This record gives sequence, structure tokens and C-alpha cells, in this order.
Amino acid sequence: MSPSSSDRGVSWTPSDRELERARARRSIHQRGVVLSTVVTVVVLAALVVGVTSAPGWDRFREFFLSWPDAKAAFPDIAKGFWINVKMFLIAEPLILLLGGLVAITRGSVSPWLTPARFLAVIYTDLFRGVPTILVVYVLALGIPTLQLQGMTTSLFWLGTIALVLSYGAYVAEVIRSGIESIHPSQVASAEALGLSRTQTMRFVVLPQGVRRVVPPLLNDFVSLQKDTALVGTVAVFESLYVAADYGNYNFNFTPFLVTAAFFVALTVPLARITDWLGRRAMERERGSR
Amino acid sequence: MRLRGSLAVAAFPLLLVVAACAPQSDGSTAADPSATPTAGQCDTDNLNLLTAGQLTIGTDSPAYEPWFVDNDPTNGKGFESAVAYAVADQLGFSTDQVTWVKVPFNNSYAPGPKKFDFDINQISITPARAKVVDFSDGYYSAAQAVITLKKDGATPTSLAELKDLKLGAQTGTTSLTAIRDQIQPSQEPLVFPNTNIAKQALLNGQVDAIVADLPTAFYITAVEIPGSTIAGQFASTGEPEEFGMLFQKGNPLVACVNEALAALKSDGTLDSIEKQWLSDTVDVPVLQ
Repeated sequence: MSPSSSDRGVSWTPSDRELERARARRSIHQRGVVLSTVVTVVVLAALVVGVTSAPGWDRFREFFLSWPDAKAAFPDIAKGFWINVKMFLIAEPLILLLGGLVAITRGSVSPWLTPARFLAVIYTDLFRGVPTILVVYVLALGIPTLQLQGMTTSLFWLGTIALVLSYGAYVAEVIRSGIESIHPSQVASAEALGLSRTQTMRFVVLPQGVRRVVPPLLNDFVSLQKDTALVGTVAVFESLYVAADYGNYNFNFTPFLVTAAFFVALTVPLARITDWLGRRAMERERGSR
Repeated sequence: MRLRGSLAVAAFPLLLVVAACAPQSDGSTAADPSATPTAGQCDTDNLNLLTAGQLTIGTDSPAYEPWFVDNDPTNGKGFESAVAYAVADQLGFSTDQVTWVKVPFNNSYAPGPKKFDFDINQISITPARAKVVDFSDGYYSAAQAVITLKKDGATPTSLAELKDLKLGAQTGTTSLTAIRDQIQPSQEPLVFPNTNIAKQALLNGQVDAIVADLPTAFYITAVEIPGSTIAGQFASTGEPEEFGMLFQKGNPLVACVNEALAALKSDGTLDSIEKQWLSDTVDVPVLQ
């Protein structure tokens, strides 16, 4: 016979002191809301006024905020942006696969895998050290020069491979840090239970380690979305390059802002998901749910 | 709360920066720069210059042949270098009063003060561009040329045959416009950031043919890509395409440069410079 909520409402009368506390809390809260609103409005208004009253504002608007140019460039930019999205969608799973393999290889202890470990170290060192744009150049223009049988000469695919190689090295290090963050007692316990090394990795270390690095991994993918624009340097006609091309004809920079809007529209949701996942992981570890 | 407060504090210096960095008006005059110059306006001492007593000329780096020679605009060799020095001479500057600055193409039209008196970089005059900058009168009209590799065997002999090839041209050029509007190929054209990548892609077979203005095509086929050939030339539709020098919008110097160009045209200097640096275009078959 638990009392229903209405019973409790009737039977429980807050003390004067409690009412006083509630009033104080409310007024502090209200003051906070008013103050934050006023400050935000004042700062934003000051920024807008400050920028728009700059002597060069008219020319800035002509160059960067020209509505006819934005409209004219939009369809081509949208078409170019589809290339960015495709490249990102293809590259992402390949990067996870490559990064995971390299990370696991570096964590292995079998003497048979010594050459593979050696290669994995060289790979991460090299591709984290070389600017991504350079990898794109060398692959897209250099590989076809070798005239390898059966190797694609498509600039899109070569550019994608370059991004996979470059980001694979970063992601490998992120996953490796996740693996190494698992306390040795976990491995010791798994061994005590009679699990083999492979089983320990598969059932104990990886599930915990990967979960820990999901937020930094997603952070890398947000970064990858933007870096798909690098392949424009080797003549893949992606959105940023479309905007530059339009600018070269019409001497106007507005399409750059259109492209920026496309990228922001794509990266902001992923960034919010990253935040949410991070918060959820934190709550889970704290045990608040 | 704390965050918002600190944001406000952070924003105010930003405002100061915006105010402090705001450029002074660049003093562009409202007068129509293409109008005939008033008496004495084009005397060397009265010219509107970036640096008094110096003519500052911009071009991209690398500066390609046959427009420049050895990537050195100061040697007076190459068509555009020779034209620039001839114009400087007409305006009353000696060779050592001419200064060259490196100006990447997409910086040349960026808003804000220019770091050159004029830029000479095979820039085609178009109405859309002329809204943002001022151009001199044309100093060269370019036909378009199609470059292929000889080993392809079947060199295209008509514009219709080009339709089915994978074509490429440099971004922002009228060559690319010619592909898009005139040829309208079945595959999307490849858009190159610069000639080097175009060359590499042609050699790699990533593109079947590249379109460039005829003088550039001569140089590419003769020197830069062994085994390449000019399949033919064609004229851009509509207005003949002309290269002009690029000026800050409203710069009164345009009128004086136009006067100098007109003098060079009428006394045959421009023609002889063209003969000296740009190969004869008569032998190249015209694609219909």
C-alpha cells in the first residue's frame, strides 16, 4: 500500500524555510536567465554592428555574400559535394579496418609477426609524419606513372586511397591507445580463466578498448570529412574546387561560403553525436544509470 | 553563466580588432577609367602608381613559356614580358624602373588593395570579371587548341569527335568554358589547378586530350610533353577571346596603358613581339 502521489501532495507541506529556499533559488535562476540573455544579445549586436560598419563591409558583401552568385554556384557545388560525401563514406570503413589491423599488429607478441610489427611501426610513423596533401599528390599523380597492371588511374579512387592511408595511421594510433588503456589485471584475469591470447584480445581487450576511444575516433572522422577537400588539388572536382573554379571565372568568393555551409551541415551533426556518445560513456562509467 | 561571461569578455577585443583592421578606403575614383586621359595625366610623373617612379607589374609563378622565359619575368624574354617592357617604355620607364611581383591568379582579383600597378598573366577579358576589376584593351587574341598524345593513333579531326573523349583544361580558363559550352563532351571534363597536373594526367592516360590556348599548346607539345601533338585549333564562339592586363577597379592608370598599347599596335611593335615569341598559327588545322 504505497501512497499515491496525490496523497503525498496533500499530506506533505513544505516548511517556511523550504519555501524561502525555493523562492531564493527561483530568483537566482531568473536573474541568471535575464543576465545571460542581455549579455548574449549585446555581444552579438555589437559584433554585427562592428562588422557591418567596417569601411570595407560593402565590398566584403559584394565579394562574399552575393546572393546571385550563391544561387548560380549552388547546383554545381551540390554536385561536387556529393563527391566529398561518397569519398568519405567509402574511406571511413576502410580506415577503421586498416587502423584496427595495424593497431592489433603492433600489440601482438608472437615472434612470427615481428616483420609485420616492424612494417606497422614504419607505416604509422611515415604516414602520420607526411602531410596528407602530399600523400594525395604522390598517389594520384605518381602511381599511374608506374603503369602497374590492373591499377586504377581514376583520380577519385587514388585520392580516396591516399586519404585511407593517411587517416589509417592516425586511427591505428587512437585504437592502440585504447587497447593499451585496458588495465593489465584484465589480461591477467583472462589468462587465469584459461583464455588464449587471441581470445583475450577478442573478448576482453578490444571491446573495452574500442568503446573508450569512440569519441576520439569520431573526432578523426569529422576531420576526415573536411579533408576530402584535399583531393581538389589533383583535379577531382569536389565542392571546394567547384567554388574556386566559379570564383576564377566570375571573380567572386561567395561560393566558398556556400561550400562552407555544406561542410558545416555535415560535420555539426556528427560532432553532436560525438558529444552525446562521450556523455553516455561517462555516465555509464559513473554508474548514474 | 561563467561561459557566457567569458565569451562577452573575449568578444570585445575581437570588436576592437575588427575596427582596427578595417581598411581605409583605397581611394578609387569614380571616373570611368577607360575614358580618354586628360592632358598630362599620362606624363610619367603624373601616373597613379603604387610606388612613385616605379612601375610594379604582377604575374603568377611559375611564369610559363612562351609568355615568359626561364620563369624570370625580368629578363624581357617571352611575349608577355616583352609586352610589359614595351608598355613601360611607352609610359616613360626605363628597364630598371620596372619591378615584378609574384601574384597567384586567384589573388589578383581578391578584394582589397593590390600589390601591383597591373597584372599580366594571360587573363581573358570577360564581362563578369570586368565588374570586379578593370582590364586594359586586349593585347592578344587567343584561339583554342587541342593537345593529344601521338600514340593514340586516331587524332581527332573534328569538334564532333572530341565529344567522346575525356577532355581536360585548366580552372578559370576560357579553354574550359569552350569545352563546357562548345564541345559539350559526354564525360565531365577534368579541371586542372595548373598546367603541370594537366601534363601529368595526359601522360598517365587520366585524360585523353587537353585544351589550352594555342601559344601554350605550342610550348607544351614542343617542349614539355614529348610525344604530344596539336590535333587542331578552334575559335571560341561569340566575341573573340582577348588577354588584357588586370588593374584595381577604378585605377586611372588603365587609360594611360591603353594609350601605350594603341601606340604599340599602330607602329607594329606588338605585331613584331608576337612574331618573335609566339609561333606561327597558320599551319595548325582548324577543327570544325
